[in-house]
Amino acid sequence: MHKHSPPSTKRLLKLKLNGRWREDAVSEQELLVDYLRDVTHLTGTKIGCDGGECGACTVLVDGEAVPSCITLAVRCEGRNVETIEALATQGRLSRLQSAFHEKLGTQCGFCTPGMIMAAEALLRSNPTPTDGEIRTALSGNLCRCTGYVKIIESVKAAAGVTS
Amino acid sequence: MSSSLPNFGVAQPGTIAEAVAACVSHPGSRFMAGGTDLLVNMRRGIVSPDFLINLSGIDELTAIAADAQGMTIGAGVTIASLARNAAAVTQYHALAQAAAAIAGPGHRNMATVGGNLCLDTRCVYYNQSEWWRSANAYCLKSRGDTCHVAPQGQRCHAAYAGDLAPALLVLGAEIAIAGPKGRRRIPLSELYVEDGKAHLTLADGELIVAVHLPPGAPASAYSKIRVRGAIDFPLAGVAVALSASDNAIVSLRVALTGTNSWPFLLAGTDPFVGQLIDDKLLHAIDRLVQKQVQPMRTTLASANYRRVAVAALARRLIANLGGTAAA
Ligand SMILES: Cc1cc2nc3c(=O)[nH]c(=O)nc-3n(C[C@H](O)[C@H](O)[C@H](O)COP(=O)(O)OP(=O)(O)OC[C@H]3O[C@@H](n4cnc5c(N)ncnc54)[C@H](O)[C@@H]3O)c2cc1C
Ligand code: SF4
Ligand code: FES
Ligand code: FES
Repeated sequence: MHKHSPPSTKRLLKLKLNGRWREDAVSEQELLVDYLRDVTHLTGTKIGCDGGECGACTVLVDGEAVPSCITLAVRCEGRNVETIEALATQGRLSRLQSAFHEKLGTQCGFCTPGMIMAAEALLRSNPTPTDGEIRTALSGNLCRCTGYVKIIESVKAAAGVTS
Repeated sequence: MSSSLPNFGVAQPGTIAEAVAACVSHPGSRFMAGGTDLLVNMRRGIVSPDFLINLSGIDELTAIAADAQGMTIGAGVTIASLARNAAAVTQYHALAQAAAAIAGPGHRNMATVGGNLCLDTRCVYYNQSEWWRSANAYCLKSRGDTCHVAPQGQRCHAAYAGDLAPALLVLGAEIAIAGPKGRRRIPLSELYVEDGKAHLTLADGELIVAVHLPPGAPASAYSKIRVRGAIDFPLAGVAVALSASDNAIVSLRVALTGTNSWPFLLAGTDPFVGQLIDDKLLHAIDRLVQKQVQPMRTTLASANYRRVAVAALARRLIANLGGTAAA
């Protein structure tokens, strides 16, 4: 399928993942999403497309929501990476997670980790967003179940913004 | 599920000189900025460089500043930070609007100005998975020998679909380039030629360092048509910079994207200077746009729709800006 490639070279990657520093030997061509799922076994981050189209793989890098399926892991050297697994504390869902649960912002659940991480980034920088701001912040995340209305209500509920 | 990409090496230069040197010593390597175009294409096997030069660790590329001399935007500035930059929002409105309309918010956090200007051209027969393209015997742009869009021709008509270029063109941008032979500065329009297979004039080892905009920009705006209201590339896009006095045109520039293999300034707008912004003028602009754009069947939307819609967008932007400028 691909032309002959040189042997894979590995490099030591040090990053802060969900609050803890760690070091792993990763191939230079490893995508952040593959590193998260296969190396660190954090499988909450989903893969929904063949690259960059759907937002299911959204994680936070230094607080900004990015698609991890088109980010090389080695680019995260020294940076702060947060996945959906970071949100619940001692088995208790975060406020945003509970809101998705209570307001039916999740159905099949496949888009949910990406949606929640994109919404998490929004609420950290803008705790009381308008409808329009929520829609813009989530505009790169596709959902095939909910029709989005319940997702927006969930984010509003978490922010304590009344409908 | 394991490595979605073939093997390649990555260099992490800290300076522009190191990046250029790395490129010279690795023939066939590619610069990677945000990677939001390149890595997508690599995942689909469209391009497979065996060495990437990651530009994201070069501080000089992320500088952004505006003063009486105009505005300088480093090639590594992210699209998200450009979209919210105060000078862009207040003085170079078309640019801020174009930035805000690129891809989705997650992409904009990583995507850069340089990567946007050097975006590969696009076609419905090209931006597909490996098996899709192989089932179709590939095409002229890569690995095949026929163009499925214009089978009689010998040229690739893939469309350039970056959003920033038209806005920068109407604002009179120049770009600073660094390469093995030193630095040079050219008008942005000279970065492009109309060839879907090779639309950039950069020489081997050259990279864009920064974009410069002159001060005193006229009122400007950008608008695009896309399949969905977010994420999607422009099927066609238009930028307009207009200054008017008493509803008459003092200066007018129009630039287009998504319709041809290069972004370009509409030719023949000078005779409009001094004319009133009325239906007659808007009709003439519409005709001129329709004549110069050359949309081909490179998108799912029909070529004719793109031609008519882009002309309508140009008309609408000029009417709106005319209202603002005259007020
Ligand atoms: C789902 C999706 C939707 C998108 N929608 C849009 C859209 O609506 N509008 C739009 O314009 N784009 C869109 N894009 C494309 C892309 O995200 C942007 O164009 C982005 O700005 C590219 O920048 P980058 O830094 O990520 O480029 P990269 O992928 O890093 O690079 C792109 C190309 O530019 C070259 N390059 C990068 N920096 C330099 C430099 N300084 N000098 C010389 N060459 C350089 C690279 O070698 C590569 O060939 C979309 C992408 C996806 C995945
Ligand atoms: S315009 Fe023709 S040659 Fe170019 S990418 Fe499309 S099918 Fe291929
Ligand atoms: S998996 Fe679809 S955008 Fe990353
Ligand atoms: S809940 Fe199923 S895709 Fe969103």
